[in-house]
Amino acid sequence: MPILRLEHLSKSFAATQVLRDVSLSVERGEILIIIGPSGSGKTTLLRCLHCLEVPDRGSIELDGVAFGTCRGADRAWSPDPPAAMDRKRRRIGFVFQRFNLFANLTALDNVSIGPQRVLRVPKADARARAAILLERLGLAAHAAKLPSQLSGGQQQRVAIARALSMDPVLMLFDEPTSALDPELVGEVLQTMKDLARSGMTMIVVTHELDFAREVGDRVIFMDGGAIVEEGKPAEIFGNPKHERTRTFLRRLLREAQSHRLPEAAATGVEGEAPRLSPLAERRD
Amino acid sequence: MFDVKLIIDSMPFLLRGAAYTVQVSVLAIVFGLVLGWVLGLASVSGIAPLKAITWCYVQFIRGTPLLVQIFLIYFGLAALGISLPAFWSGVIALGLNSGGFQAEIVRAGIESIDRGQTEAARSIGMSRGQTLIFILVPQTIRRVIPPLTNELITLMKSSSLLSAIAALELTHAGQLIIARTFAAFEIYAAVALIYLVMVSVLSRCSTLLERRVFVNY
Repeated sequence: MPILRLEHLSKSFAATQVLRDVSLSVERGEILIIIGPSGSGKTTLLRCLHCLEVPDRGSIELDGVAFGTCRGADRAWSPDPPAAMDRKRRRIGFVFQRFNLFANLTALDNVSIGPQRVLRVPKADARARAAILLERLGLAAHAAKLPSQLSGGQQQRVAIARALSMDPVLMLFDEPTSALDPELVGEVLQTMKDLARSGMTMIVVTHELDFAREVGDRVIFMDGGAIVEEGKPAEIFGNPKHERTRTFLRRLLREAQSHRLPEAAATGVEGEAPRLSPLAERRD
Repeated sequence: MFDVKLIIDSMPFLLRGAAYTVQVSVLAIVFGLVLGWVLGLASVSGIAPLKAITWCYVQFIRGTPLLVQIFLIYFGLAALGISLPAFWSGVIALGLNSGGFQAEIVRAGIESIDRGQTEAARSIGMSRGQTLIFILVPQTIRRVIPPLTNELITLMKSSSLLSAIAALELTHAGQLIIARTFAAFEIYAAVALIYLVMVSVLSRCSTLLERRVFVNY
């Protein structure tokens, strides 16, 4: 039985339809990768799953529990009462592109505040568990630091720990490495790989193709608010059926190459015109 | 020409007026801060009736002169049979007025916090209320100290309007001396100087608060 089931999800912002009748299901322990050009609706899909964005139509079911209600022939979606929504939502962990750590709290407090305030775990226990989580992610030395004192990679790992602190049954990652300097991407991906290996169910929106190939059980390619193609990573990356998928992957590969230009140039591989400082460009 | 001796002789009386001004202002500041935060939080609570009430209140406070508001509390309430001493009328009028302006400062402060903070809080199951209390308000406090300081300075200076209801505050104390001595320039200069000192102390406190107490992020 799938842990997550989405049926006929649609969402518009004003006149723009960003999700068109998207249906998908995720099995327990599965790692689902979502790729697609910007504006294809991947982020909105994740945000709807977490009800950060309110879907217009369709149904969402997590572990047999419906999120909101879906009524009538046109499947109009309406949210649950706030308290019920909060209770359901916390079973899904969400990792944001820009970390969104609480700026007023230390790393440890970022990880302990959820259990302490939402689950009403006694403060000492919540902090002890947070310390263990940070330790497991190799962040023990940074527990007392504020987010502003951490690197992007460390912040993102703390954010992962914060999401895990609520014992979610599903983790959503919204381009977790795209706001990071290239040299910090590795540590975050490693943390995600470890998490995947521990059996966590994950949906990851990402442009990191190596990660997708290595960790993903299934890849979905989205474009124009709909799922264009899905399959095993080897199929999608090795032998994409749709022209749109091929075009997108080609462009992604080209970009990846231009970022690696210094080494490429050294080994005599041809590339696009050199970009002077890809590192500086991608800095926040 | 410039009668320094008169100023020195008047000082005890003026300082008593200044003490009155400080007392009215401090009480009104406390009242205004509480009211300002309550109204400010109400206007971002997402509860429509609360938002509407706050909006009406702020419009009224912003749209009417403070002097009229003071008269409304002192003379207006007296006409209805609720007669308050000038001191407490002053505290209430200044507090109500300042609370309206502070509500706007608090609202703007909270709304200036990155949306991601709210989304992250909601994503771990916090309610709107918990998000406000544990995440947004702590980050807002430091951000609103400078504009709140301006507002408190305005409040302290506006207390001079209470001279119109014969409250024995600093400006009125000066007027009484001038009525006797006709030394308007010396006395008003001395009064102005005392206000300047009081305001300087207030703004120094706020700078210290900003630098020392909420320094950590």
